[in-house]
Amino acid sequence: MQSLTDLLVFALHVPDGFLNAPVALLWWVLTVAVLAVAVRKTSGSLNERQIPLMGVMAAFIFAAQMLNFPVLGGTSGHLLGGALAALLLGPWAGMLVMACVVGLQALLFQDGGLLAMGANIFNMGILTAAVGYWLGTPLLRLFGGKPWGLVVTGFVAAWVSVMVAAIACSLQLALSGVPAGVVFPAMLFVHAFIGVGEGLITLAALTFIVSTRPDLVTTLTSYLDPTTTRRPVDGRTVGLVTLVGLLCAVGAAFISPLASGDPDGLERVAEDQGFLDRALDAPFSILPDYTIPGLDGNASTIIAGIVGLLIVFALAYGIAMLIRSRRQAAEEERSAPRPATGER
Amino acid sequence: MTTSFLDRYIDRQSPVHGLDGRVKLLLTLGYILALALLPPGNWLAYAACAGLLWWAISRAQLPLRTILARSIVALPFALVAVSVVFTRPGLPLFSLPLGFATLTATDAGLILFASILLKSWLSVQAALLLTATTHFFDLLAALRALHLPPILVAILSFAYRYMFVLVEEAQRLLRARDCRSATLPGQRSGGSIAWRAAVVGRMVGTLFLRSYERSERIYVAMLSRGYNGNMHTLTPRRLTPTEQGLLVVGLALLTGITTLSFFM
Amino acid sequence: MSLLLEPELTTIAPVALAVHVRNLCYRYPDGTEALHDISLQIGEGEKVALVGPNGAGKSTLLLHLNGVLRCTSGSVQIGSTTLSDATIRTIRAQVGMVFQDPDDQLFSPTVFDDVAFGPLHMGLPEAEVRQRVAWALEQVDMAGFERRMPHHLSVGQRKRIAVATVLSMHPAILALDEPSAGLDPRARRGLVELLNRLPQAMLVSTHDMRLVQEVFPRMVILAQGRIAADGPSRELLADGALLEQYGLERP
Ligand SMILES: Nc1ncnc2c1ncn2[C@@H]1O[C@H](COP(=O)(O)OP(=O)(O)OP(=O)(O)O)[C@@H](O)[C@H]1O
Ligand SMILES: [Mg+2]
Repeated sequence: MQSLTDLLVFALHVPDGFLNAPVALLWWVLTVAVLAVAVRKTSGSLNERQIPLMGVMAAFIFAAQMLNFPVLGGTSGHLLGGALAALLLGPWAGMLVMACVVGLQALLFQDGGLLAMGANIFNMGILTAAVGYWLGTPLLRLFGGKPWGLVVTGFVAAWVSVMVAAIACSLQLALSGVPAGVVFPAMLFVHAFIGVGEGLITLAALTFIVSTRPDLVTTLTSYLDPTTTRRPVDGRTVGLVTLVGLLCAVGAAFISPLASGDPDGLERVAEDQGFLDRALDAPFSILPDYTIPGLDGNASTIIAGIVGLLIVFALAYGIAMLIRSRRQAAEEERSAPRPATGER
Repeated sequence: MTTSFLDRYIDRQSPVHGLDGRVKLLLTLGYILALALLPPGNWLAYAACAGLLWWAISRAQLPLRTILARSIVALPFALVAVSVVFTRPGLPLFSLPLGFATLTATDAGLILFASILLKSWLSVQAALLLTATTHFFDLLAALRALHLPPILVAILSFAYRYMFVLVEEAQRLLRARDCRSATLPGQRSGGSIAWRAAVVGRMVGTLFLRSYERSERIYVAMLSRGYNGNMHTLTPRRLTPTEQGLLVVGLALLTGITTLSFFM
Repeated sequence: MSLLLEPELTTIAPVALAVHVRNLCYRYPDGTEALHDISLQIGEGEKVALVGPNGAGKSTLLLHLNGVLRCTSGSVQIGSTTLSDATIRTIRAQVGMVFQDPDDQLFSPTVFDDVAFGPLHMGLPEAEVRQRVAWALEQVDMAGFERRMPHHLSVGQRKRIAVATVLSMHPAILALDEPSAGLDPRARRGLVELLNRLPQAMLVSTHDMRLVQEVFPRMVILAQGRIAADGPSRELLADGALLEQYGLERP
C-alpha cells in the first residue's frame, strides 16, 4: 500500500500533461546533451566491465528504492539514490544509471511521463548525481578522511541533491504556468523532509559499504584515505564549488518568477488577490511564502529565493570551514606523523 | 514478481500487439507531444485525440475499463496544478472563503486545469497502451534501431533483466527485517527514526554489495562467451510497407489535429 | 596416490586430447592459494566429474579452462592450442563455460538474445546465428522458448537454457559448474539425459554422486587445491575409505 510520502515522491516523477511542450522539449535537449557527454566519458574509459556493472547498478537503485522505513503517521522514508549512485560509481556513470532507472520507471510503470522524461531524467538523474558527486567529494576532502566526514558528506550531499532536484522540478512546473508562489514553497517544503530520509539512508549505506568493502568504492578512495588528504585543502576546489553553487542558486532564483510562463502577470494576480501567500504562510515563517512583504511580487520572490539559498550555502560552508580549522589545529598540535591506520 | 498488471495482456494476439516496437513508440511519443501542443480548452481536438486512442485500445483488445482505472496514477499530481484555477486571470466564477483568505476561481483557470488533467489522463493511457502491447525487449530493440547509444540500451537491458532478481533480494531483506523487528503488543515499535533509517541504509549497502558481486560474475559469464567490450546484436528488420504507411498516416493525423486546433 | 594418472603413461597412448593442464598453480589476488600443481588430461569426448568439498578449488579450476583466470604458473592447452593472450578468443569459443547460478549466466532480456550472445560475439553471420540458436534450443528441449524472459522460467528450465547458451557456440569442451544443484527430481532426470546425449568432452563439478554414477565414467577428486584422486568412477565410488576421507557421500 502506498503511503503518503510514496505519493509525494511521485512529486518528482512529473507525468505528461503538466509540463507544456516547449518546456518539456527544452529539457529533453538539455538532458540529451548532458547524457551525450556522460556516454562519451564512460565509454571512453576503456573499461568493458562498466557495462554490466552499470546495468546491474540501475537494477540495484530500482530495487533499493523499494526499501523503506516507517517515519511518522503512515509516511515512510526512502531513497531516490542519485547521490548514492554518483558517490559509488562516479558522476557520469551515476547519471547514466539514474537516467536508465527513470526511463525504466516511465516505460514500465507509467511512473513519470514520456514527454516529461527529459525533465525527469534531468532532475532525478543528472542533477542528483552531479550534486551528489561534486558537492560530496570536495566535502570529503575537507574532512580529510575522518570517518564521520563520510557521515556528514553522505547526508549533506544527498539532502542537497534532493532539494536541487525539487528546485529544478518546481522551475519546470513554474515555466509551464503553475504559479511559482505555490509550487516552489510546496515542493521545497515537502522535499526538505524527503531529503532527510534520503540523507539518512545514503549516509548509512555509504558508511556500511566503505567499512565492509572499501576496495569497491574506487571513486572515493582518494578522498577517504587520510594520508592523501592530509595536505591542506585545495582552496580553489572549495571556491569553485561554492561559486558554481551560488551561480546556480542565484540563477534559479532569478529565473523562477520571471519565467512563470505568463506574460500577463499570472504572478501578480496571485499577489494582488493576496490569498496564496496567506494560505501558505504557516509553515514558512522565515520567508513567508517565499516572498518578502512590501516588495512587488516578482522582486520579492527572487530575493526570497536568493536569501534562502544563500542561507543554505552559508550554513554548509560555515560548517565545513569550522571543521577544517578544527582539524588543522588538531594536526598542528601533534606534529608527529599520525598512523594511517586506526583512522577508520 | 511481474512487472505489472499489464503482463496479463502482453501475449495477446492483436493488430496492435503485432506492430513493430518502433512504430508504436514513435506514434505514442507523437501522440503525447501533439496533446502537449494543443491549446487549453480545445475540447474538439481533445475529443479527436481521445477517440483515436480509444479506437487503438479497442483494436488492441485491451479492456478499456482497466486502462481507464489504471490511468489515474497521475492524479496526485493534480494537487500541484489545482492552484492554476485560482491564479489564472479571467472571469471570476465562484469564491471559496477560507476564513483568512478568499480563493476566487476563474473561468480561464478552470479551463486550464481541466485541460491539464485531460492531457495528462490521455497521455497516461497512451503510455499504458504501449506498455500493455509491447514487450520491454521489443521496446529495447526499437530504441536500438532508433539509434539510442548502445551503452544506454545495454544498461537498460541489464537493468530490466536484473530488476526482478534484485527486487526479490530486496524483498527477502525486508522480510528478514520484519521478522526480527516484531514488537510486543502495546509497545512502541523499535527505535528512533535515525536508527530505522540506519537499518535501511545497511540493507541498501548489503544489496549494493550483492549487486556488485553479481555484476562481476555476469562480466565473467560474458567474457566466457566472447564479450570484448562491444555488445553485438542482430540488425533490426525493415519495417513492412503497412507499418511504414501506418506510421506516416498516424503522424500526419496528429500533425493535422494539432495544426487545426490552432485555428479553431 | 596410486590412482593419479601418470603423465608419462598417457603420452605414450596416442589419444587426441581435448584438455591438457600441466602443473597449474593459482593464487587469488588476495593471497589465497587456490590450486597447487594441477595436472590433468581429458581425451576427446571424455566425460569427467570434478568432485571435492566446498572450497576445494573446483570452480577455480574450471575458470582456468577458458582463460577467465590465468594460472600463476603452469599451462593450459585446449586441443592443440596453448592458452595465451593471442589465443584466448579462439579458446573461449572452444570451451563452453556454464556457471552455477543461471541468473548470472542468463543476462539478456530474452532466451533468444542469451543463446545468440556467444555466436554473435564470435562474429558469425546473422543467418547462422539464428540457425545455431534454434539448434541449441532443440538440443536442450527448449525450442519455442525464444521469446520467453529468463525470470519467467523455472530453475530447471534456466539451467537447460544456460547449457544452450554455450552449445550455440559449438564448443569442443563443456565446463559445467554444479549443473544439478537445486533441481527437482524431474529436472535432474532431464539433465542426466542431456549430459549423456551430448557428444562433447566435459569437465563437470558436482556434489551429486548419483549424477557422477549416472553420467561420468571418470572422476577427479580435488581437495585443498590438489588432485587427490583421479580414476574410473566405479572404482573410486566403491572405495568407502577414500570417499570418507574427502567428505563425499556414497551414491
Ligand atoms: N575471488 C576470490 N578471491 C579470493 N579467494 C577466492 C576467490 N574465489 C574463491 N576463493 C578461494 O579459493 C578457494 C577455492 O574456491 P572455489 O570456489 O574454487 O571452491 P569450490 O571447490 O568451487 O567450492 P564450492 O563447492 O563451494 O563451489 C577457496 O578457499 C575460496 O575461498
Ligand atoms: Mg564452486
